Amino acid sequence: MTEGTEQQINKSSNSKVVKKLVMLVFAMFGFGFALVPLYDVFCDITGLNGKTNDVGVAYTNDGIDTSRTVKVQFITRMAKDIPWQFEPVVNEISVHPGEMKFVNFYAKNESQHDIVGQAVPSVSPGLAAGYFQKIECFCFTQQPLKSGEEVEMGLQFYVDLDLPAEINILTLSYTLYDISGKVDS
Amino acid sequence: MTTDTINDSLTDEHHGDSHDHKMTGIKRWLYTTNHKDIGTLYLWFSFIMLLIGGALAMVIRAELFQPGLQIVEPDFFNQLTTTHGLIMVFGAIMPAFTGFANWMIPMMIGAPDMALPRMNNWSFWILPFAFAILISSFFMESGAPNFGWTFYAPLSTTYSNGSTAFFVFAVHIMGISSIMGAINIVVTIMNLRAPGMSYMKMPLFVWTFFITAYLLIAVMPVLAGLVTMLLTDTYFGTSFFDAAGGGDPVMFQHIFWFFGHPEVYIMILPAFGIVSTIIPAFARKKLFGYSSMVYATASIALLSFIVWAHHMFTTGMPLFGELFFMYCTMLIAVPTGVKVFNWVATMWRGSMTFEMPMMFSIAFVILFTIGGFSGLMLAMTPIDFQYHDTYFVVAHFHYVLVTGSLFSIFAGAYYWLPKWTGHMYSESLAKWHFWCSIISVNLLFFPMHFLGLAGMPRRIPDYALQFADFNKWVSIGGFAFGLSQLIFLAVVIKCIKGGDKASAKPWDGAEGLEWTVASPAPYHTFSTPPKVD
Repeated sequence: MTEGTEQQINKSSNSKVVKKLVMLVFAMFGFGFALVPLYDVFCDITGLNGKTNDVGVAYTNDGIDTSRTVKVQFITRMAKDIPWQFEPVVNEISVHPGEMKFVNFYAKNESQHDIVGQAVPSVSPGLAAGYFQKIECFCFTQQPLKSGEEVEMGLQFYVDLDLPAEINILTLSYTLYDISGKVDS
Repeated sequence: MTTDTINDSLTDEHHGDSHDHKMTGIKRWLYTTNHKDIGTLYLWFSFIMLLIGGALAMVIRAELFQPGLQIVEPDFFNQLTTTHGLIMVFGAIMPAFTGFANWMIPMMIGAPDMALPRMNNWSFWILPFAFAILISSFFMESGAPNFGWTFYAPLSTTYSNGSTAFFVFAVHIMGISSIMGAINIVVTIMNLRAPGMSYMKMPLFVWTFFITAYLLIAVMPVLAGLVTMLLTDTYFGTSFFDAAGGGDPVMFQHIFWFFGHPEVYIMILPAFGIVSTIIPAFARKKLFGYSSMVYATASIALLSFIVWAHHMFTTGMPLFGELFFMYCTMLIAVPTGVKVFNWVATMWRGSMTFEMPMMFSIAFVILFTIGGFSGLMLAMTPIDFQYHDTYFVVAHFHYVLVTGSLFSIFAGAYYWLPKWTGHMYSESLAKWHFWCSIISVNLLFFPMHFLGLAGMPRRIPDYALQFADFNKWVSIGGFAFGLSQLIFLAVVIKCIKGGDKASAKPWDGAEGLEWTVASPAPYHTFSTPPKVD
């Protein structure tokens, strides 16, 4: 008699515990996916990956700090199998923090067919990424080039006034990917 | 109390005959909901997986016996290292511990069975399918997974050989199996403890499995999510890890190691539990610092969630991140040190005897500590840049997983074989197993430290000439260690077939409820719970 009731108590509390644990399982499954946006936040805070803004910011004219000069270097890289020529027109410029600059990148589709490219930027050192402000950039959109077509693409940017004092050189790197397949589908 | 319980269990067995023993042959095993049957299935399954994973390792070592490419193609070599890792982690070590949990936890807490016996059956029987899927990919056009057991994107997405789908589904099934097993362990421990057995009176073995089960429930779903992202990236055009589409391959490593680091503790905490059971029994003293052991286990488990990035120091992290993960990692040495000192203190001035469970446990303490030390070396960021992805890492994790986890499994198997089979194992044959294993395993893994320090990278089928001598030794050690495990198989089979009759408590220093029932343990034990005071 008592044993029976004890077992019943066990049964109901078993299912209670199981319910909680199954909820925990689903929560952790969701957490795995939540790590994707959390990772972006994490990168913003720590400067991991040198991610820069992917929509243009407005230029705020808070003055130019002419006492400081920062070197900005441009490098480009082709991802696997994209038959383009893609390089900065100037490799390096000097800027004062707060000063707006405009530079061009040259691209040419050297293949026999049309290709849609996508340039993905990254700033090194990573901690400086948050101070590199792009006002207008070709990387905000895709770059479709017909076979043999060449183009000069613009980048307008400024470096924040409060760039940490120990950073004197910024390197902006673009990696160019062929995303034709993804665009078609 | 002892004799009462034995009588109880004996009558229980006859009682059980009326309904459960009807099934015979394969059906008994397919339909069983008995925790002892399922424990046995898990243990045999893991041993078969150990042999398969070991066979793959033999081919790896044969290829590495001398420089140059002799036996296998580089791509097939990658498939070997990948599946060796996956099978050993998910097929050999984890199911072996689940087997121990199934067999011993109900008997240690005085419960009649696991709390959810039907789910228990299911969680075992989906496992062979997972590994059938994984291993079958060897025979397909694509070949088996070749991207390493860590399956970093984009190796497993953009550059996959086509085995990603099989891999993902196999991991999903393994994950579901582990989660169900873990839920079962938690519910059993929370609800089925004998009257009077408070949490702090539970055997440490039960505590370690309790904490491990929570770790499994917390991180296996993250792994499931990760492989799902991998699947959609590879086949459905998403861009979680594809930079061209705005994703990030480094994020893969963060999510993977968020699962991966707790995972390595999932494979070692139960080992701590087994060793903490055996050392007091053969030192004939109570476990030194029981409560500190519980807290140390819990703190290791908690710390495991905030150290993952120490696997990725070389990915380019801000200095602050490197320091944070370095210090947190080194902090883990504190609770682990507490454990090692507690084991040594338990042995201190004990009346020790050196039967095989004790021998393997002592080997565990010494060799696991070596693995712990090399772990501390790897934890230091500046030094890690040299060690990263070299054989030093291979040496480290094989010391903690083979001479750590696997040796604890051997220790536990020898310790409870009399309870499982009703016979004593052959001590002389077991001595052969121990001494062959201990010599060959060190010949196998110790020189890997030197290889790594000298700069030999891991996961390569060919190497520079200066590494040739050490690799020859390592390979010889590998073959010897592999063959030594056949002695273990012989010991177990011999013990099942016969041998000296084991009494209910064959180890005079052993403590715990499992020794109050007859040997072999009756099919049903503790149908009425024992009183614990």
